[in-house]
Parts: sequence; C-alpha cells; structure tokens
Amino acid sequence: MSFQQVSLSLAAGFLENCRLFLETLLFSIPLGLIISFGSMSKFKPLSFLIKIFVWCIRGTPLMLQLFVVFYVPGLLFGVPMRNRMLAALVAFVINYACYFSEIFRGGIESIPRGQYEAGQVLGLTKAQIFFKIVLLQVVKRIVPPMSNEIITLVKDTSLARVIAVGEILLAAERFAGKGIIWPLFYTGAYFLIFCGGLTILFGFIEKKLSYFKA
Amino acid sequence: MPILEVKNIQKSFGKTEVLKGLSFSLDKGEVLSIIGSSGSGKTTLLRCINFLEIADEGEIYVNGKRIFDGNSAKNLTDAEIRDNRLHFGLVFQSFNLFPQYNVLQNITLAPSLLKRGTEEEIKAKALALIERVGLSDKINNYPCELSGGQQQRVAIARALALEPDILCFDEPTSALDPELTGEVLRVIKDLKSADSTMIVVTHEMEFARNVSDKVIFMADGIIEEIGTPDEIFLNPKSQKTRSFLKKDIETNG
Ligand SMILES: Nc1ncnc2c1ncn2[C@@H]1O[C@H](COP(=O)(O)OP(=O)(O)OP(=O)(O)O)[C@@H](O)[C@H]1O
Ligand SMILES: [Mg+2]
Repeated sequence: MSFQQVSLSLAAGFLENCRLFLETLLFSIPLGLIISFGSMSKFKPLSFLIKIFVWCIRGTPLMLQLFVVFYVPGLLFGVPMRNRMLAALVAFVINYACYFSEIFRGGIESIPRGQYEAGQVLGLTKAQIFFKIVLLQVVKRIVPPMSNEIITLVKDTSLARVIAVGEILLAAERFAGKGIIWPLFYTGAYFLIFCGGLTILFGFIEKKLSYFKA
Repeated sequence: MPILEVKNIQKSFGKTEVLKGLSFSLDKGEVLSIIGSSGSGKTTLLRCINFLEIADEGEIYVNGKRIFDGNSAKNLTDAEIRDNRLHFGLVFQSFNLFPQYNVLQNITLAPSLLKRGTEEEIKAKALALIERVGLSDKINNYPCELSGGQQQRVAIARALALEPDILCFDEPTSALDPELTGEVLRVIKDLKSADSTMIVVTHEMEFARNVSDKVIFMADGIIEEIGTPDEIFLNPKSQKTRSFLKKDIETNG
C-alpha cells in the first residue's frame, strides 16, 4: 500500500464526512432557529414540549440517536432504512438543531430589553426590530459558542461509521483489518487541517464584527 | 386646545397599583417636569404615554383626538399602537443606542424604514440634527466610541428625527457622570427655545425649576401637586412635596 493510495482512499472517506458536515449545517441551523422560537413561545404547552424534546436529545448520546434513526423504522413499520447516509443526516440534523437552538435562545434572550423598546418607540414593527436591530447583535454574541459547536460537529461526523457510513475512520479501519495500522493515525491530519481552516474562518468573522460592542 | 391631555390614567402590575388615576394637560411648546421619589410611578407614566405599557384605564388625547381609551384598549392592533407611538419620542435613561450602527445610521434608521422621504432628504435632516446636538465631528463613530453624554445627545437627535409632537425624557442625565450632565441639559434647553413640547422626568431640581413651564410632583402613583416651578419650589402646598424637596436639598446641596 503506497502512501498515495492510502491518502486517496482516506480522502474519499473524508469527502463523506464533509458532505455530512455541510448538509447537517444547512438543515440544522434553520431548524435550530425554529426550535429556539418554539422554546421561547408564550404558548406554554408548546415551549414545554420543545424543552422536553431538547432535553431528550441533549441528554442522550448521538451514537444512540444514530441507532434509533437507522433501526427503529425497520423494527416498527417493517420499512428498513436503506440509505445509511440519509439516516446519519437525519440524526445529526436533529441533534445539532437542538444544540444550536439553545445557543440561539441564549443569544436572543441576552439582548437587553432596551434595544427592543428603542425600536418600538421609533414606531418600528416587530420584524423590523428583529432583523434590523437585534439580529446582528445576536450573531456577534453567538459566534464563539457556534464555532465551538461546529468544530465539534466536524469530529462527530466520524460517529456515522457505527451505522456503516463509509466515512474516513471506517476507511482507515479497513486498512487496520489488513494489518496496516498507520492510516488510522493518519486520519487525524484530515481533521486537523479542516478544523484549522474553520478556526481561521471564525476568527475572521469575529474580527469583522469587532467594530462594535454588544 | 392642549396638545396632550391625559385623563385618569391607571396602571397595575398584578396586585400592585402603580398609577392610581392621573390627569394633566400640556400646551404646545410647554415643558413639563415630573419629579418625585423613587418608585412613585414616573417611569411607568412615561411608558404608558409611549405605549410601552398599555394602561388599564383612562384616556389620552393628542391635538384633541382620542388615541387611547382604557375601555377599548384590548382592541388596539399592533399597527394602531405603532401609529400612536409616533406622536411621542422617548429618550431613555440608558440611551439604548443601536451598537452596530454609527451616529448617522442610528438617526437615519427609523426614518428610512418608515419611508419618511428620500435617502438624501433623510440624511440631510439627520446631519442637521447632529449639528444641533453638537456632534458633527462624530458622525461616523460607533456608540462604544462615545462618552455617555455624547450617546445621550445622539439618542435625542434620533428621537427628534421622527418629529414627534411630544418628546419625553426619562431621567436623561442620571446615568451620566456629573460633569457630563450639563451638555445634555443644555441640548434640552435649546429644544425649549425652539418650541418643542417636552415631558422630562428628572432628579435635577435646578433644571426643573429653570426650564419648565409646569412641574408635577408625583407620590405613590398620584399627582400630589401640580403647578408652575415657583409654586412647587417656593410655595409647595402639600406636606409631601415639602419634605421631598427638603430631603433633596439635604442630599444634593
Ligand atoms: N413591569 C413591572 N412589573 C411589576 N412592577 C413594576 C413594573 N414596572 C414598575 N413596577 C413597579 O412600579 C412602581 C413604580 O415604578 P417606576 O419605575 O414607575 O418608578 P419611578 O418613579 O420611575 O422610580 P425611579 O425614580 O426609581 O425611576 C415600583 O414599585 C416598581 O416596582
Ligand atoms: Mg424611573
């Protein structure tokens, strides 16, 4: 096995990690925003149900949730999940939407009431106040916790191998099965480079938003 | 006809009655100061007038038109509340400028969103207001780069940009260092000479005495005494007013 062959084979696996990462972000951020609005709803039964749901998701391992999404449809309804990637994506989106929703809720609730009231006395609508006044302040406040969570997501994507998604660690384990151990350690380089890029990106966003204090 | 008439305003939070039926009126160009001890309901009164709280009972008239009636307060739509708010401006104790916008943008934001003219007109007007509050050299600065006094002057310009009929101030200087209160009070005095109608809740007795046409002394959610500055400060009729003013002289000299 040449170094190049291993590199290519691991890269093919890592592409799956990247796909899972990007698609999870794409769906879990909007879903997280909806969940956060639900958990702040004045309609108590709704906010209560959502809080229970978030508690269940955050209180159980993501690996367990992967198993549930992958096996339960088959056990209950006799329609086995065929698409492993789809099952992984569903579990990741639900899991991360719940984490993000808590970050969004914290961010929105941390904006002082005076900001809303200043908008109100200027005759602005609720939507204008949210989008033109509150939103950017929330974004600034949630960049640090979001970057933590997103970097965790990069590494969590390798959990998808428990339902046999062909991601990078699964690829490395195949080599290990043939007695070649080093590719297993080599996978770390892929994660390090990817997370390094993200760290630079988030640093850039934080700097972009540092022109004001909120 | 008075520009503002407030009749029998009442407001409770749960079981605590905060405003127990207040009535007063204000003519165009008049400055009304509201004084009174902490917890007497001054802020709540301003918030009811600005529709940040909805009063439980009473009526509010602006230019003779009834804009609030406690009996039908529940039927007020969001749009009606917004329209009513535009009769008033409110300057907060804690400024509440928008941190992500610079001085000019803080002032133009609402007029642009409410489509009060072309962008050029709105900008020209904002620049004139900035000059009026003496901040022409700070147009592009962000709130975090300004002193408290400067921030409060921006907040005043922001409120003026919508040309409210009545401009309200809730203790505009009490979050400021003593050496900065003067510049804000000076701006308010200038507004008086320009015939703005204003309601100022304040702990600055000197200011209330020199600048207002009318003074209200509030105690426990009612108007304990209302009169000209001379009547209130030189000849207070009520025992409560007298002891409040005496205490103020003892603490503030
Ligand atoms: N949202 C609210 N919920 C419950 N009680 C409130 C609320 N707002 C005000 N109060 C109560 O109403 C009373 C009057 O408060 P208010 O802020 O109007 O007083 P104030 O005269 O402005 O006092 P200060 O001089 O300290 O600013 C206080 O006892 C306060 O605790
Ligand atoms: Mg107050």
